[in-house]
Amino acid sequence: MDKMPKWADVVLTPLISLVLAMAISALVILAIGESPWMALTTMVEGALGSSYGWGFTLYYTTNFIFTGLAVMVAYHASLFNIGGEGQAMMGGLGVALVCLALPWPHWGVALPAAMIGAALFGAAWALIPAWLQAKRGSHIVITTIMFNFIAAALLNYVLVNILRPVGSMDPASARFPEGTHLPKLAEIAAGFGIEWGKNTPVNITFLFAIVICFLVWVLIWRTRLGYEIRAFGKSEPGALYAGISPVRITVITMLISGALAGLMAINNVMGEAERLLLNSVEGAGFIGIAVALMGRNHPFGVFLAALLFGFLYQGGGELALWTTIPRELIIVIQALVILFTGALDNMVRIPLERMFMAMRSKGKP
Amino acid sequence: MDFNTIIQILDSAVRLMTPLLLACLAGLYSERSGIFDIGLEGKMLMAAFTAASVAYVTGSAWLGLLAGIGGSLGLSLIHGVASITFMGNQLISGVAINFLASGLTVLLGQKIFGLGGRTPSLEGPARFSEITLPFADSIRNAPIIGPIYADLISGHSILVYIAFLCVPLTWWVLNRTRFGLRLRAVGENPASVDTAGVSVARLRYAAVAICGILCGIAGAYLATSLSAGFVKEMTAGRGFIALAALIFAKWRPWSALFATFLFGLLEAIANRYPNLDIGPITIPSMFMNALPYILTVIILAGFVGRAIPPRAGGEPYVKER
Repeated sequence: MDKMPKWADVVLTPLISLVLAMAISALVILAIGESPWMALTTMVEGALGSSYGWGFTLYYTTNFIFTGLAVMVAYHASLFNIGGEGQAMMGGLGVALVCLALPWPHWGVALPAAMIGAALFGAAWALIPAWLQAKRGSHIVITTIMFNFIAAALLNYVLVNILRPVGSMDPASARFPEGTHLPKLAEIAAGFGIEWGKNTPVNITFLFAIVICFLVWVLIWRTRLGYEIRAFGKSEPGALYAGISPVRITVITMLISGALAGLMAINNVMGEAERLLLNSVEGAGFIGIAVALMGRNHPFGVFLAALLFGFLYQGGGELALWTTIPRELIIVIQALVILFTGALDNMVRIPLERMFMAMRSKGKP
Repeated sequence: MDFNTIIQILDSAVRLMTPLLLACLAGLYSERSGIFDIGLEGKMLMAAFTAASVAYVTGSAWLGLLAGIGGSLGLSLIHGVASITFMGNQLISGVAINFLASGLTVLLGQKIFGLGGRTPSLEGPARFSEITLPFADSIRNAPIIGPIYADLISGHSILVYIAFLCVPLTWWVLNRTRFGLRLRAVGENPASVDTAGVSVARLRYAAVAICGILCGIAGAYLATSLSAGFVKEMTAGRGFIALAALIFAKWRPWSALFATFLFGLLEAIANRYPNLDIGPITIPSMFMNALPYILTVIILAGFVGRAIPPRAGGEPYVKER
């Protein structure tokens, strides 16, 4: 018998964790002598108050959907992938190589090719940690951390020594050709005669991210592979007994996870910057951890959590612009969300379970 | 490369390895007790900030050191509560602690000093000064031995010597005391320790606290000795290099000394020669910077000796009922 009804597990616990995280964030804002209410209204106004704000919020949301899904898929196989940052960096390299390789005639042709590039590079970067975990038993958390740093060094080298155009000083690639520029949602809206989100970076990748959410749901809950991934995640000996190969599942899951993280580059590198920059991921790989935890490892939850973090990110930028609160406040909120929904989960869950048990025994005469 | 250059590089390596060594030993206590700690980075960062702030306000490096230890211990407590009391995921808790430190230091720094997250630079007694060991000046001119003693061994801050003393001390505590035996046991098989009537939680809290103290010293060293003040994200991945060194050293104190020296040396060489020219090929500094991580992955892969972590590492201990 379940200790709690399902809705409490899926909705109540993350909500309480979120409220706790927000309450402590409010205390932090009070401690630095600002008004939490003013901070909240500034954030809501800046992120959701205009189509301009929404344009940025949805752009960040798109990034976090990809990295959140990456962490989520790995988590279903009991693998903790904190290498999303490095995999997204490598995905960016893949996108840049594809975009710069040919004079693409139209984005419709360039996009599938760039997606393959991003997914391949992201997956390749996850392959080695996956293989080492499966075959040599080296802890995937440690190896993916190490691979984040190695990716940063590699990207730095490639940008400075190979991709940097002659005569340019900053470590960045050349601009991508015109034919790879993805349509912005603002342009699509303008095509219908609607003025929405002018000069915002949200682009067609956002729609594509929603499709991916659905595909990941199908993969995890409606396919044989998804069943094997979940079975392996629940119990490795059980999966082994059922004839599921741990090596195969570990490697395949991490390849999918890495590919998802890599695909983020379509949004930030191809859709926004339109060239490869040194620090284009900006910690989105790590935010994916918070997003997956908050979203209870379900694609729809990931979507909502990504939206929440997109709002926080854009709102945080507005805070830094209009008040004296630095945008690092968002990192604190992010840390608290990870802490409460991830590490201190039992602190919220155990009292709740007791409460429900008590209610249930009272209900029975 | 002449003798003096070698001494200078080694001297720089000793300075750079000190925070790594302290953080590595910190992780050693925690992980030998069965608590994984990927929050070393965050604890050092927090300690660097509190140490620099208090040292600036009071003008005393020693009070700064205490504050650094305090700041780091605070985060250790969170890690302990999450992973021991509430049996949460230790890795996730570590990730949260890193972000918490990264955000809070800038937030508080901006509030207190208004310098965009920096603290004002420290001068005079607010920093740990370099100690000249006895006779260093008189034997400086002796061949070989002179420069080694006067420039390499002498002339560091007290925290460097404390860090080096921690190595034999840690070895002694782990292998020659009752506490050490229990600490190692609780990391391998907590149920047996519990059966013997020793509290698993108390032992693990003690280990996590020692980890906090050592990270505190490491952070204070960064802010009040190696540099003169706190700068945003000043730990720059050192916590993760220390973690790498810990695996490289296979969770043993003397090997930790060797591993952190190697990584300190790599950093020193990369600083001195941005593009290292060895005959036909030029090694870019990015490669040198990434080398500690690459070496750790190779070690983890088990191709060069096998690194086996403490058996109960990462798993919360749930008492049977």
